[in-house]
Amino acid sequence: MSILGNRVLRREDPKFLTVGGTYVADLALPGSVHVTFVRSSMAHARIVSVDSTYAQAMPGVLAVYTNDDLGLPKFPTIMGMTNEAMTPPMLASGTVRYVGEPIAAIVAESREIAEDALEQVVVEYEPLKVVIDPVKARTDEDLLFPDAGTNTSFSLDFGGDETLFDDCEVVVELTLANQRVAPCPLEVRSAAAHMSEDGRLEFNSSTQAPHGVRDALATFLDLEPDQVHVVTPDVGGGFGAKGAVYPEDIVVGWCAQKLGRPVRWTETRSESMLGLGHGRAQVQHVRIGGTREGAVLAYRIEVLQDTGAYAGFGAVLPFMTRMMTSGPYKIPRAECASYSVVTNSTPTTAYRGAGRPEATAAIERIMDLFAREIDMDPAELRRRNLIEKDDFPYTTPVDTVYDVGDYHRALDLALEVAGYDDLRAEQVRRRTAGDVRQLGIGLSCYVEITNGLPDGEFGAVEVRPDGKVIVRTGTSPHGQGHVTAWSMLVAEQLGVAIEDIEVIHGDTDVVPRGAGTMGSRSLQVGGAAVNQAAVDVVEKAKDLAADLFEADRDDIVLDKANGRFHVVGTPALSRSWAELAEAAAKDGTALFAEVDLASPGPTYPFGTHISVVEVDTETGKVNVLRHIAVDDAGRIISPLLAEGQVHGGIAQGVAQALLEEVVYDLDGNPLTSTLADYSFISAAELPSYETRFTETPTPVNALGAKGIGESGTIGSTPAVHNAVCDAVAHLGVRHIDMPTTPVRVWSAINDAVTGHGTAKGGR
Amino acid sequence: MQIDITVNGTAESHDVEARTLLVYYLRDAVGLKGTNVGCDTTSCGACTVLLNGESVKSCTVLAAQVAGEEVTTIEGLALEDGRMHPVQQAFQECHGLQCGYCTPGMVMAITSLLAENPDPTEEYIRLGLEGNLCRCTGYHNIVAAALAASQALEMRQ
Ligand code: FES
Ligand code: FES
Repeated sequence: MSILGNRVLRREDPKFLTVGGTYVADLALPGSVHVTFVRSSMAHARIVSVDSTYAQAMPGVLAVYTNDDLGLPKFPTIMGMTNEAMTPPMLASGTVRYVGEPIAAIVAESREIAEDALEQVVVEYEPLKVVIDPVKARTDEDLLFPDAGTNTSFSLDFGGDETLFDDCEVVVELTLANQRVAPCPLEVRSAAAHMSEDGRLEFNSSTQAPHGVRDALATFLDLEPDQVHVVTPDVGGGFGAKGAVYPEDIVVGWCAQKLGRPVRWTETRSESMLGLGHGRAQVQHVRIGGTREGAVLAYRIEVLQDTGAYAGFGAVLPFMTRMMTSGPYKIPRAECASYSVVTNSTPTTAYRGAGRPEATAAIERIMDLFAREIDMDPAELRRRNLIEKDDFPYTTPVDTVYDVGDYHRALDLALEVAGYDDLRAEQVRRRTAGDVRQLGIGLSCYVEITNGLPDGEFGAVEVRPDGKVIVRTGTSPHGQGHVTAWSMLVAEQLGVAIEDIEVIHGDTDVVPRGAGTMGSRSLQVGGAAVNQAAVDVVEKAKDLAADLFEADRDDIVLDKANGRFHVVGTPALSRSWAELAEAAAKDGTALFAEVDLASPGPTYPFGTHISVVEVDTETGKVNVLRHIAVDDAGRIISPLLAEGQVHGGIAQGVAQALLEEVVYDLDGNPLTSTLADYSFISAAELPSYETRFTETPTPVNALGAKGIGESGTIGSTPAVHNAVCDAVAHLGVRHIDMPTTPVRVWSAINDAVTGHGTAKGGR
Repeated sequence: MQIDITVNGTAESHDVEARTLLVYYLRDAVGLKGTNVGCDTTSCGACTVLLNGESVKSCTVLAAQVAGEEVTTIEGLALEDGRMHPVQQAFQECHGLQCGYCTPGMVMAITSLLAENPDPTEEYIRLGLEGNLCRCTGYHNIVAAALAASQALEMRQ
């Protein structure tokens, strides 16, 4: 019987549960000194001077470095696509462009001394005009980079078809905000570095991509990659934001090199709220058109992406938004144009979904408004426009090719689990009765892209003479459970016990190559590479067995029930994996296979989420009663882990719909820079979820698997958002921007009822 | 100053600065790294430990304040025969952890909640965990683990 698809408990857990994980800050580093960063208190200013005389004189302070001391180059553009003038320097150079930007690095004997020294560094600023609103930034009235002559860091505009909506009986428009949020992994950024005796840079990093960190350190510090050894211990979450390399990482490596002492850095949460990249941050204008019978004929989205102060990964998020323009619908004509602009705020980056949740949020919200306009049930409108299962592979109007799907099945199952008709009946009852607590039902049909970047992955499997199996992977889990999942894949191919398998990741000396874990890529590329290596090692073992048995190679059988090889027909005479590994060792070789799997290309998970909320019309408070998630990520290898991914995604998605938002005042001062101010969602604000999987295997990879890491976030936000708007629609509210906080909901109701304000028309 | 605290049943005595927080006493002086720090505003609960059997956020208590008292951390929760405590076990069985960073705090907070109320409702647990943040699990399986642990503890009695 196959182990795949079974509920296998995590092998990782006992350690975390009995002594806790080993995160970077937990590593022993005898004799280490501590780095802290002087950060800008101004959103936009010229640095007149940095006076560190007093700090340098403090006992225990080793050095204070500014950008000039480092002499390191600026960061490169993202894939050559972003405006070259807008890449970040290592430390602020002449100008600061957001509150929290690192200006100088202090190295001291202890963290306490370094923190005390922070207060002794005096930075003199000359304020510059602050640009915080991306709409304003787009006008180029005040520039962040005068040399660039523009605030636009990246754009995708292929011109528009003026006749796009000509044959539409009904056209609906909306401007909506996909607000800026903070990824908030529970472990903040942290690094530790020292020079080894043989002169190599040893670097520990809380990252999603150890090899990326190694290569960046080598490039900036002018070392060969093999002179840098990156080890990633346990990592307390990343959510995309730890996929990038940050200036602080490089500075820590530089200090270790420069001082010849072990160096460590762990930011505070308050620093992290400003220093770790933010997510989302789009303003969208959408337009949809079609017939009164509910055929959607045309759709256009214009995206204004807030890049933050420098053009990093956030600038190119619209690339992904554009790829998913028309969502799961068969829309004959669809367009996307995007403009990314810099503003005086923390640079944005990938955050769980990275560009795709934004696409889904836009089309799902306007689908609801369209349904309302033609007086059709939103589920029915979706059903009429979903791509049919016989249409795959399906090429969208923006030339994205969806691999495979059965979108109607997911919708139907979600409606059934929800008891949709009963919910609508209850809604009618409450509306008729004029209840204070109104019911809202929100749908979201989504399709998204996983493994969207064309990286391949490394995987290796080795069987040792003691019977132990060593698996090495280029992925870099930080909660996803790859040790368990990859063990399952290898156990399945080799017929060995999971306990005999060791999975190694996150050590650039032991794993030669790897792209890491992001974009829901790991199973379909990294898992597939490990799986292929396991298949290859079985083939090698069969060669060895044929020699030992002096039998025909094609007659060798691996009995997966006991992990032993025999000649067909004579199972009593068999050899174990250990014996074959021993034979290989005697030959001076190893029973070993490694694979560099080329990227098999992206896959497109899909599903339907339904949210049921209760809105208190007197206070505006929203209570999520139920959340139904039907997700299809192709073949499910580990239902336990897949479900866990969906759960976590849902919580982050609900958080965006209801609560979380990074807020700046007009002077660029952050108002949500601690966990006391930022509305990080808690257990008290969430229900238990009702999750189901449908499984439509993809032909793209050998496992039939698609990514599941981000679907929960992508599917849930619009469902909840639509549910909140649905709950108060009958009162005349057309749209409420996210996050739908009590104040916003209450104001929208009040405006609608009294006929005042702008809430009716959206923003 | 010299501060004596009984940690996981062992008498500890360390010379630390008066401003040392309990969490750093545990991590740096005693050397128990299981208790994590997730914030600087008493918001996340990653640092939750038991003080005389009741949960506290150890980033909010000075080590000096609890001199002479008993502290239990994640490292001290397993049963005497080495098996995991029912709450720890329920976490594994219900997949109540992913990255593990919130986990020690969650486990300690739930242990304390169940001591207060051995037969809690889902709502009681959710409200009781309001001060313990997790970014990975969406709380679903943490709540499930708490409920499962309450049953296991009941059966043990
Ligand atoms: S570290 Fe966050 S509450 Fe103690
Ligand atoms: S398991 Fe990662 S924060 Fe809870």
